[in-house]
Amino acid sequence: MEAMIALAGNPNCGKTTLFNSLTGARQHVGNYPGVTVEKKEGIYRLNGHRFNIVDLPGTYSLTAYSLEEVVARDFLINEKPGVVINIVDASNLERNLYLTLQFIEMGMPVCIALNMIDMAYSRGIKIDHEALSRLLGVPVVPTMARSGQGKEDLIRAARQVLEKEGGRTELKISYGPDIDVGLDRMEAIIREADFMTDTYPSRWLALKYMESDEQIRCLGKQRDAQTAEKLEGIVQEVANHLQLTIDSFPEAIIADYRYGYIRSVLKQGVISYSGDRNRLFVSDKIDKVVVNRFAGPLIMLGVLLGLYHFTFTYSEVPVAWTEAMFGWLGGMVDTYMSDGLLKSMIISGVIDGVGGVLGFVPLIMFMFFGIAILEDSGYLARVAFMLDRVFRTFGLHGSSVMAFIVSGGIAGGCAVPGVMATRTLKSPRERLATLLTVPFMNCGAKLPVFALLVAAFFAEKEALMMFAITIVSWIGALLVAKLLRTTVIKGASTPFVMELPPYRLPTFKGLLIHTWERTWQYIKKAGTVILGISIILFALMTFPRLPTDQTAVFDAQREALRAAQPASIASEPDAAADGTDLSEAARAVHLQLLKIEAAEAEAALRHSIAGRVGTGLETLSRWAGLDWRTNIALVGGFAAKEVIVATLGTAYSLGAVDPEESRSLSETLARSPQWRPLTALSLIIFVMFYAPCFVSLVCIVREAGSWKWGLFSMVFNTILAFTLSVAVFQVGRLAGF
Amino acid sequence: MPRVNMRQMRSKQSGTIAAITAAGELGRRIRDMGLVPGTRITVQGRAPLYDPVALRLMGFTLTLRNSEADYIDVEVDD
Ligand SMILES: Nc1nc2c(ncn2[C@@H]2O[C@H](COP(=O)(O)OP(=O)(O)OP(=O)(O)O)[C@@H](O)[C@H]2O)c(=O)[nH]1
Ligand SMILES: [Mg+2]
Repeated sequence: MEAMIALAGNPNCGKTTLFNSLTGARQHVGNYPGVTVEKKEGIYRLNGHRFNIVDLPGTYSLTAYSLEEVVARDFLINEKPGVVINIVDASNLERNLYLTLQFIEMGMPVCIALNMIDMAYSRGIKIDHEALSRLLGVPVVPTMARSGQGKEDLIRAARQVLEKEGGRTELKISYGPDIDVGLDRMEAIIREADFMTDTYPSRWLALKYMESDEQIRCLGKQRDAQTAEKLEGIVQEVANHLQLTIDSFPEAIIADYRYGYIRSVLKQGVISYSGDRNRLFVSDKIDKVVVNRFAGPLIMLGVLLGLYHFTFTYSEVPVAWTEAMFGWLGGMVDTYMSDGLLKSMIISGVIDGVGGVLGFVPLIMFMFFGIAILEDSGYLARVAFMLDRVFRTFGLHGSSVMAFIVSGGIAGGCAVPGVMATRTLKSPRERLATLLTVPFMNCGAKLPVFALLVAAFFAEKEALMMFAITIVSWIGALLVAKLLRTTVIKGASTPFVMELPPYRLPTFKGLLIHTWERTWQYIKKAGTVILGISIILFALMTFPRLPTDQTAVFDAQREALRAAQPASIASEPDAAADGTDLSEAARAVHLQLLKIEAAEAEAALRHSIAGRVGTGLETLSRWAGLDWRTNIALVGGFAAKEVIVATLGTAYSLGAVDPEESRSLSETLARSPQWRPLTALSLIIFVMFYAPCFVSLVCIVREAGSWKWGLFSMVFNTILAFTLSVAVFQVGRLAGF
Repeated sequence: MPRVNMRQMRSKQSGTIAAITAAGELGRRIRDMGLVPGTRITVQGRAPLYDPVALRLMGFTLTLRNSEADYIDVEVDD
């Protein structure tokens, strides 16, 4: 047997956790509503049967509100899955059953997973699932998605629903005399005109008209304008009548009756509470402090600073190890490979380039671990709650906060899922403003650039610098959002109605999976895309090679130097490879030779295509204090931000003054005469704000619905970044830094 | 039992929803989340900038802005 099973339910009820447990996938799970914003598919096998499992975004109602809810609803209604497993949070049954009721009303093949049964138990809630099943007429299976408990029973129940095909009866709830009569009249008209009955049950259609569901009304108008008009006429009649008699409107009454129905079901022995139902749970006690008016903001800043402190302190040693490892690797290649283009590519392009990116793996890992704790515990939802007021001032929305954080608002994230996360925003304008500003956050690819520069120039104050970088990027993003919202995307703010999930103790396994998933993606990207780009850039930084007349100049310099020395001294450096100490005079010659070599390497790099581009841009970049080598890296960064560190590594490796002594890139920068703290600051600002990487741009274009916004963010962001870094550099220079 | 607007409710004050006066999408959203006449609510607290407000109902926590609370009338307990 092969069948499609959809997982649907309210946000944050454990759909993705169950999906992962069934399919072995590692889709993102987090303790806040709106984690999943696209449908995901996977396979589950049981006793030789193959089930195609679809994980959907959460939704509170079948009349969808925000975009990710529309995704869920459209899938359920248009794709008609064989069974819908409705995951229900047992600790929050009443509210969760509101959606269940709509499923059953529609005649969907439903099977209920009574999830988080552990949570309900610990809160003193006892649920008689058999009674619930009897009253609703659908199977109910208690589950614990986190541990996978109950999943086999659940699938077995789902199979029963599948096999019962056809014999389903739609639940008919009474909505009071006025509405019921209207519904009956509408149903008759729908049946008579065969109005969309091929896709939807007639009573459900009538109900949706009564609820003024925009989508169904639009569809109806297209299909059969005449019947649609008749139906709308009846709704209007009922609405007028209700307005006059009880000063209410159809959809309000429908919701009342649905909740009334749920309450009556629950009262029939389904649910019982031990202890005071309204007592404060641990979660509420924590919130008393965490979102307190005075302590709340302080804790928020403290958490951020603490995370950076933790990350930088504990990753220092392992980062040094990985750097040493790549240094050793470079040394090995240097010793055992014969000189030539391939060797140069492996050392300068791969090891110093991609190795530079991989060197930060431990740091990235620590950061991701910290973020995973915040995400799984439920703290981030509190941050959104506290910041909504601030965000509103800048024309954004509380839900924008999550998109910011996913993009790297805490440092370490990615703008691609961040842009996707904006789907939880209802208003297209707030959504657009958010998705155009999330690329300013410090994603996992920018993090190595900052870590590199901070380590080189602000070594004592790493955590504090990272904190400052974060604050600057948030302020920048908010100001740009305000600018956009007062000019090109003007519009009123939209409501904020968000559920705060209870705090949950993250499971260690969950944290590890989380951390590893993201770290592995970073590693994988470095080993594939970044490697490819690095090799291309290496080629661009190598070809065309210096013409022979120019290399001849350097050769002549070398010859002249040697000729000026007595033969014994001149030959000494060549023989020194075996470790014998050089005499004073020979060392001086050696140094001279190295200088010539460095000059030649620099000339070669400048002569290459990339070098010419970098040098060409220097007229501009000089204003921001950035040299031509950095320009090459920044141009590479248009493709992906990891390329910046990789290219800097290659550029400084190709022009290395002392190839024998392998230095880490941050040491090289710290010693280079072109670099000082102010230069680093200027570069940090530029990298923070300039064009989003290529993949983000594609995502922005898709989600914003127009390539113009992609172009806009590329051009606008780059101009903004350049202006800011010039300002920083010039002001700093005048102030004497 | 005095009937007040939700915006006027104090922290830790409880009551029963009397009416939701919002129509359209906002009204629907508020109702979908369980705020219908007859639902018991308690104001749990407010965000540091006094907005949004956090409510406790049916065993979960819901947050909404004061401008949304304006559409909700509550019969408070005391
Ligand atoms: N205690 C407990 N927690 C659970 C259980 N199942 C899931 N969770 C937790 O509930 C939270 C939400 O889980 P998700 O799987 O992301 O929920 P979702 O329904 O996919 O959420 P959205 O994608 O936002 O709609 C996570 O913190 C899970 O660890 C369970 O059976 N018991
Ligand atoms: Mg999910």
